[in-house]
Amino acid sequence: MVKLIARTPLDGLTPVTIGTVTVTEVTLDPMTMIAPFKNQLAKVDALLKAGDGVGFPAPNRMESSDGVRILWAGQGRALLIGADAPAGLRGLAALTDQADASACAQISGAGAVDALARLVPVDLRLSHFPVGQTARTFVNHMAASVTRTAPDAFEVMVMRSMGQTLIHELTEAMTNIAARNA
Amino acid sequence: MRVAGKGLLTGAAPVSFTFDGTSYQGLQGDTLASALLANDVRLMGRSFKYHRPRGVLTAGSEEPSALVRVGKGSQAVPNVRATQQEIFDGIDAASQNRWPNLKYDVLSVNDLISPFLSAGFYYKTFMWPRAFWEGLYEPFIRRAAGLGALSGESNAEPYEKAFAFCDVLVIGSGPAGLMAALTAARGGADVILADEDSRMGGRLLAETEAVDGKPAAHWTADILNELKGMPNVRLMNRTTVTGAYDHGTFGALERVGLHGPADGPRECFWRIVARGAVLAAGALERPIAFPDNDRPGIMTAGAVRAYLNRWGVSPGREVTIFGNNDDAHRTARDLADAGVRVAGLIDSRADAKVTGDFPVFTGGKIIATRGRLGLENITVEHEGGTRIIRTDCLAMSGGWNPSVHLTCHMNGRPEWKPEIASFIPRPGAIPGMVVAGSAQGIFSTSGCLADGIRAAGKVLQSLGMKAPTIELPTAEDQTYALEPLWVVEGKGRKWLDFQNDVTVRDIRLAAQENFRSVEHMKRYTTQGMATDQGKNSNVAALALLADATGRGIPETGTTTFRPPYVPVSIAAMGAGGQGMGFAPQRFTTSHQASHERGAPMIEAGYWYRPSYFPRPGEKTWLDSCNREVNMVRASVGVCDVSTLGKIDIQGHDAATFLDFVYSNTFSTLPVGRVRYGLMLREDGHVMDDGTTARLGDNHYVMTTTTAAAGLVMRHLDFVAQVLRPELDVQIVSVTEQWAQFSVAGPKSRDLVNAMLDNHVDDASFPYMACGSVNVSGVPGRLFRISFSGEQAYEIAVPARFGGSLYRLMTAQAESMGGGPYGMEALNVLRIEKGFITHAEIHGRTTAFDIGMDRMVSLKKDCIGQTASRREGLLEDTREQLVGLRPIAAEAKLTAGAHLFDKEAEAIRVNDQGYVTSVCYSPTLKTNLGLAFLKRGRARHGEVIRLVDHLRKIETLCEVCDPVFLDPEGERLRG
Repeated sequence: MVKLIARTPLDGLTPVTIGTVTVTEVTLDPMTMIAPFKNQLAKVDALLKAGDGVGFPAPNRMESSDGVRILWAGQGRALLIGADAPAGLRGLAALTDQADASACAQISGAGAVDALARLVPVDLRLSHFPVGQTARTFVNHMAASVTRTAPDAFEVMVMRSMGQTLIHELTEAMTNIAARNA
Repeated sequence: MRVAGKGLLTGAAPVSFTFDGTSYQGLQGDTLASALLANDVRLMGRSFKYHRPRGVLTAGSEEPSALVRVGKGSQAVPNVRATQQEIFDGIDAASQNRWPNLKYDVLSVNDLISPFLSAGFYYKTFMWPRAFWEGLYEPFIRRAAGLGALSGESNAEPYEKAFAFCDVLVIGSGPAGLMAALTAARGGADVILADEDSRMGGRLLAETEAVDGKPAAHWTADILNELKGMPNVRLMNRTTVTGAYDHGTFGALERVGLHGPADGPRECFWRIVARGAVLAAGALERPIAFPDNDRPGIMTAGAVRAYLNRWGVSPGREVTIFGNNDDAHRTARDLADAGVRVAGLIDSRADAKVTGDFPVFTGGKIIATRGRLGLENITVEHEGGTRIIRTDCLAMSGGWNPSVHLTCHMNGRPEWKPEIASFIPRPGAIPGMVVAGSAQGIFSTSGCLADGIRAAGKVLQSLGMKAPTIELPTAEDQTYALEPLWVVEGKGRKWLDFQNDVTVRDIRLAAQENFRSVEHMKRYTTQGMATDQGKNSNVAALALLADATGRGIPETGTTTFRPPYVPVSIAAMGAGGQGMGFAPQRFTTSHQASHERGAPMIEAGYWYRPSYFPRPGEKTWLDSCNREVNMVRASVGVCDVSTLGKIDIQGHDAATFLDFVYSNTFSTLPVGRVRYGLMLREDGHVMDDGTTARLGDNHYVMTTTTAAAGLVMRHLDFVAQVLRPELDVQIVSVTEQWAQFSVAGPKSRDLVNAMLDNHVDDASFPYMACGSVNVSGVPGRLFRISFSGEQAYEIAVPARFGGSLYRLMTAQAESMGGGPYGMEALNVLRIEKGFITHAEIHGRTTAFDIGMDRMVSLKKDCIGQTASRREGLLEDTREQLVGLRPIAAEAKLTAGAHLFDKEAEAIRVNDQGYVTSVCYSPTLKTNLGLAFLKRGRARHGEVIRLVDHLRKIETLCEVCDPVFLDPEGERLRG
């Protein structure tokens, strides 16, 4: 039987290194949007903790445990990454497969925060945007999710179809930063 | 000339540069102005209106006269202030607004006829004949007047925008700014210190004085070193804060690549968000309006000191000084100390106390100057008589104006302070910002240092932080004494606004013609309307207006300073939008495959969709389109429809929610079935249409049109959060999760089955069925829906498999006599079938108009239902959707054309409707159109005249049903 071949959203576009900053693709599989129904948040939170070791995240926060992460994704919704949603959640929350919906890049290295400061209108100072902080914001003209995963590393998620533009924007910002530092 | 041993550039590397084709030498650290003055070049430009020879007036960003073009061709930057442009090896600068050259400028004839060109001249003169204005007068005036010109070419150099955040933004790095930054930084705040100069220090670099027992420049360097070493401080030189906005947001323009030949961005436009700010922008010296005060060689006294003390350049060999205050005396002393001949110090005050080894004229005034291309001599009238003094540089000072500009950006009005004859900021004009130093009207160095500490302390306190104890460095603490002197009467023009060529006479004329309001005066004379925003002329102009109208200065008031503080290039503000940065590009998973087939792309929203798939021998798009239409009607076609919005709707109240947002009913839709839905706006007009499938009891997936996907998502969120918050429903976009392909044509089932692990047939999967399927081992979804009128399916797989599935299906389709089809064919297929798109539901049409009023269910409430019942929206006389067929099959139909009765004149009052969509139908071998026609549904069979006034087309058409093909839907059901 014919088999369909999978391609990642940023296939062939990464890695990119300019100066001290590197962009690599992050695969998000599985990734499920969890949107608890009315009055089910506490139950959802408890089931998540029991199942995957991460609770339903507070606004603008990411929780992680043993390779499983859960990312706040807007009011009353979160993205569970790296593990399937516990079976008990069905009926308590809307579960939507989003593993193919986003293009996600990690941008890291000295100057990564400066490159993002060209594109993201959010205060990314470590004191205000510590590791584990996430924001639904913009990357230039694109709606994006930006998360700090290390003092000098971020994950940037945009719509899958905009992956090429994401790399274009990041590359341009990195080029400008490198030219300033030259 | 360069003065040996003076200035801060001692030991700097030499730099070669070019001005107007001549090569010169300067030093690293020179501005174009200081380097030209060092080479004894005084003539740098021609004035805006009269083409008067002009030199440099200032040493900062406020420069009105020495504007040059830097670079060539598409890379050229016009209107660069020579006082800000740093020189670098190879820089090529040129003067502007002159022809054929700077010394011999033909349009300086304007200067000879200047008596006719005073304020209001254009308004009065070029009024008639009216038609002449646009064709003749305006182009001529525009050519004659003006600054530098753009190249007319697009430039490829990158520009940047960036965001920064801090606790305290300090604007200006003079004595007040440095102390404010130091205080805030030692207090633990995150500090940004921004200064527009390449080198920080402000006036401390331009004066010969000591701070804390050290030369001011050394002390400055020490403080900057300390700041540089602190992790909570960011020094931003070459950065002009251009505007103050709400919520502590400031705009700032950084000159990045413009000071060197390096790659990288030319400029960066910053948005700085600060919890608090200290404005230490200093003060700007004002000229005095005496006769012919604009000759090259005449500049402000503070600028002369800056050129001497910072750049080691004396702008003249025999310098005279003219002032109304003690500060001007420093210029004479510094020059004399440096060994430059001071030909005379003229102080307008009879009681001025001056000591120095140079001629002094108290109670003196300059009543005339001479020298066409550069100052040669001045005539001084003083207590002892009248005398002509030979001089090639005149340093003038009418006092200092605090730089209040930023404090006015949120509508603050400055206050008049008579002791210094200047405006100072009104406290609290910008929330969170404290003004310090000479921007506050404090003019001694000691006072500025102390005020910087005070201001930063105040800001820290407002942020809940403790101000550290900072020792005040010792410094000069002289009083600033002046006696206002706005104008010296005499023969000759007394220039106020050097950039827009406005004189004292123009201001008086404005007052005489009753433009008494300062805002009216400004617009009548254009004073302050040049790119320097009147920084050099504003206070003097309104003092003169006050005098001419018999009022005081405070009553006369000021005009409004608006952002930006200095000109900002559009390229910098629009950075990030250059080239492909203009908008995101959205690519489908099949993009590469379509691209390889040579399909031209059309943009729909941000999506790139294939227009058609050319094959060898096909000469036009229509050839390909016709083939693709025939292919779908005869066998099978594949089209990527992933761009349509897909919205997952889940929850106990999902059905109720859909009944509320759709005009028709979805709660009755069985699981495993799809229904077409129509969505109305609150006003009863159609918002969007699409199909919604029921995947489970509490689970639907809605599709929207590509164009309205974002709009509908936003609408649903609004409804769920605001209108029906009691409903338990969750809405998630899955547009990007699924790659979805339409498979259409009589052989569509065969092709679909070639992909499915378990085959479908007509009985188990009839028209409008949906369900989960396995697509070559991958869990997917199948929908039996059609936008072509053929038997058709839409097959969806997770996006990672989209490219692969598309390639497989198109290859299989080709083996069956089918293949891919593009947007053009898709459009023809849907017009043949009478299906609507946003060409028809364009925002002004109702369900009634498109013939779907029966879809507005009255058995339940829905958004737009009540409004759609309004009187007038259900009238038979409304324009209704119809089909059009030309009487002669090949006759042209055009979208946008209007419809008229056969015999009626084609004028507005006879308008019967308009055409929305047209195509050539290869199936019916005729052109076809969809149109809205008054009482259209009752006029099938009638002949109507299509008139396209723009394209000059007239076609007789038969009105018919909009469904041209298979009205019974037999092909659909297969």
